[in-house]
Amino acid sequence: MRSARITKALGLIVLVFFVLFTGNVKAQTVKLLSISQLEDRINNGGDTVYVVNFWATWCAPCIAELPYFEKLQSVYKAQPLKVLLVSLDFKSKLSKVVIPFVRNKKLNNEVYLLNEPNAQEYIDRVSKDWSGAIPATLVYNKKKNVRKFYEKEFTYAELETTYQSSK
Amino acid sequence: MKTLLTVCLLSLGLLSKAQTAGYQIGDVAADFSLKNINGKTVSLADMKAAKGYIVIFTCNTCPYAMAYEDRIIALNKKYSALGYPVVAINPNDPIAQPADTYEKMQEKAKSKGFNFPYLMDPDHVITKRFGASRTPHVFVLQKTDKGNVVQYIGAIDSDTEGTSANKVNYVESAIDAIAAGRKPAVTTTKAIGCTIKWKKQGV
Repeated sequence: MRSARITKALGLIVLVFFVLFTGNVKAQTVKLLSISQLEDRINNGGDTVYVVNFWATWCAPCIAELPYFEKLQSVYKAQPLKVLLVSLDFKSKLSKVVIPFVRNKKLNNEVYLLNEPNAQEYIDRVSKDWSGAIPATLVYNKKKNVRKFYEKEFTYAELETTYQSSK
Repeated sequence: MKTLLTVCLLSLGLLSKAQTAGYQIGDVAADFSLKNINGKTVSLADMKAAKGYIVIFTCNTCPYAMAYEDRIIALNKKYSALGYPVVAINPNDPIAQPADTYEKMQEKAKSKGFNFPYLMDPDHVITKRFGASRTPHVFVLQKTDKGNVVQYIGAIDSDTEGTSANKVNYVESAIDAIAAGRKPAVTTTKAIGCTIKWKKQGV
């Protein structure tokens, strides 16, 4: 009886730690991601609509629209939507520039840094319509066969409309 | 109202035409005369011994342009001796991008030890004529009897960060082919870099 109570208490402690820990990790890490891993993520993930924004810490218009992507995810958090922020910063900037930037801006979306050596190849794999310029955004819904690519800056209203028309 | 709409549509058409304009492979590039960081003007024709040119639109601050600085210096070192010098042009408007003023260009060239001309292009005249849209954006020209023919347009190599051992050197391959009397195997790639900072309208 006593041991059962201890087990229960321990379980609760573990649960609390788990929640705190993953909550922290989610806001603060930036993982490397290849295009294959990205395709895998948006094809086999648990969500229905994926909004993938390509950005960089040195790209002013990208930074200006980041809050809209944060807002979209938080407004529709009850829906099967996942926003992924994929940075095109150099890999050498990951720990010194990108992670501090993400923490400083308190980004809650999943943030990745693109791990691809050849820009000539990965750009076409994302979209044949992409010149390589950022900001750029991919909206994907496997079930509805939607794969739309935008090489442009979004306003929040435009982003919301784009999401609504893709789900 | 109808006329206004027509005018709008017409100017839109002109605008999109202006944006897609620029040199294609095989076109003859007109010479230019632009001010170098040492105060003198530079034209392609000034380099009489040249067999061709590596014209690179690049700037001071774009992370991609900065990542390529050492590789551009190396390109000039290797290929100017073979008759293909680098001619760098800064396409950015110094008001839209204050880090690209003439003085800042001089500082950059001095601190990095640029061994090639680094030219200003006020009002983007030559930038638009070439059809450059990024920094860095390369145009390899071959001097022929009919003029300077565009043989390659795009990126310097396949690896912007410059850390991959098996990167493809597009510009080097293009010049090696031209020098050997062949056509480059790859004539166009996507120029990966920052967008050009255009002069703001009505300022």
